[in-house]
Amino acid sequence: MSDHQRRVILAKLGLDGHDRGIKVVARILRDAGMEVIYLGLRQTTASIVAAAEEEDADAIGLSMHNAGHLTLGPKMAEAITAAGLDIPLIIGGIVPDEDVEELMNAGIAAVLGPGAAAEEVVATVQDAISARDKA
Amino acid sequence: MTSSSDAATALFESAIKGERRSLGKLLTAIERGGRQAEIIADLAHQVSGNTHVVGITGAPGSGKSTLTGRLLKLFSEAGDKLAVLAVDPSSPLTGGAILGDRIRMDDLAGEESFIRSMATRGHSGGLALAVPAAIQLFDAVGYEPVIIETVGVGQVEVDVAGAADTTVVVVTPGMGDAVQANKAGLLEVADIFVVNKSDRPGASDARRDLELMLDLGHVSGLEQMTGYRPPIIMANSLDGIGADEVLDAIKSHAEYLRNSGKIHIRRKERLVMEIQNRVELLIGSTASDILESELGAGYIANVLNRKISPAEAAKSIVGSILTKK
Repeated sequence: MSDHQRRVILAKLGLDGHDRGIKVVARILRDAGMEVIYLGLRQTTASIVAAAEEEDADAIGLSMHNAGHLTLGPKMAEAITAAGLDIPLIIGGIVPDEDVEELMNAGIAAVLGPGAAAEEVVATVQDAISARDKA
Repeated sequence: MTSSSDAATALFESAIKGERRSLGKLLTAIERGGRQAEIIADLAHQVSGNTHVVGITGAPGSGKSTLTGRLLKLFSEAGDKLAVLAVDPSSPLTGGAILGDRIRMDDLAGEESFIRSMATRGHSGGLALAVPAAIQLFDAVGYEPVIIETVGVGQVEVDVAGAADTTVVVVTPGMGDAVQANKAGLLEVADIFVVNKSDRPGASDARRDLELMLDLGHVSGLEQMTGYRPPIIMANSLDGIGADEVLDAIKSHAEYLRNSGKIHIRRKERLVMEIQNRVELLIGSTASDILESELGAGYIANVLNRKISPAEAAKSIVGSILTKK
């Protein structure tokens, strides 16, 4: 399984239009040798789940910059579980430190903040996928 | 081996029943290659050969994905359960890829349709190696039609014409003059032309150059040989203008292929090409193994010392493959 080409979905949920960060992350993951399925703006939990099924994704990355993470993050995690999918969900963007624990408790695999270096982004995604594969 | 065969068969049966996640996993296995991919391709081949395959090709940024999105909507509205295979390039440096075709399609997809993004993974020619097997798989589980969107191509990436029943070539204003239009390559394989972004200056010039190119095919006798003149459709896919005409043209072309019996010729040619490709792959991978072995090291040393030429080494290697059981 380890030589398997990693496929990662990147998306933004709802009306959050700040997409500079997600484009940078897409490029970082591409340059780390991953296949990024870029869904872009205005996605719904249902459209992301459908794409994850069709694309057989190894991880889902959500970019959030409008303070909706405590509402939308757990909703996305629930939608993934409800669909019977076992795919790690990673949130990147503006998330205050004190909210991270709540997100992790809600089933989000990792949270990346604005200071995250490229290596950290790649390692976080890889670790989340490996943890899923081992489970 | 039996366990991987059982796993593939179970996934295949569940995909035929409509389980999308199983189809997603089968496509991944096909892309990965190896024994599992062969088993799936064998299963799919037995029950495929019916769906109409439409190829959409053209230069980067010409509007292939946007047009594909429009067609997705029109086919879905007409009750068709279609699949789209959207191919984007892999990085030659890292093997990574950004597959961004879905952003122009997702809103337009019906619930029954299935979109899969695929990276070329080092294959040139505009498609990925796994495309023919993926088409057969979509066909086998009941998708009709199947649309393949190629990577952005230049003049010579015409693989799609071998893989598709109907090839749609998307051009945009400013693609060059009449001499460009008469060069051999991509424009020759079109069954339908779409002049996209037709609101831009130069759109009617592009149309005129294409018409002229087709007229010369009439003069040279090419048109009589093929018995078909591709239509040229002016479109503005962003606004959805012209998409219904493209849909009608695809249906007319499918009908033409059926009525003239050419569909059988095309499909036979496609299977012959697939056999040929697989033969080359098998021989190629065996040759790589030999080159990495002790025997290969000997050939390489002799070529380096100028004792034998690369061509002689290649002949000897192929010879040793052919005599090996």
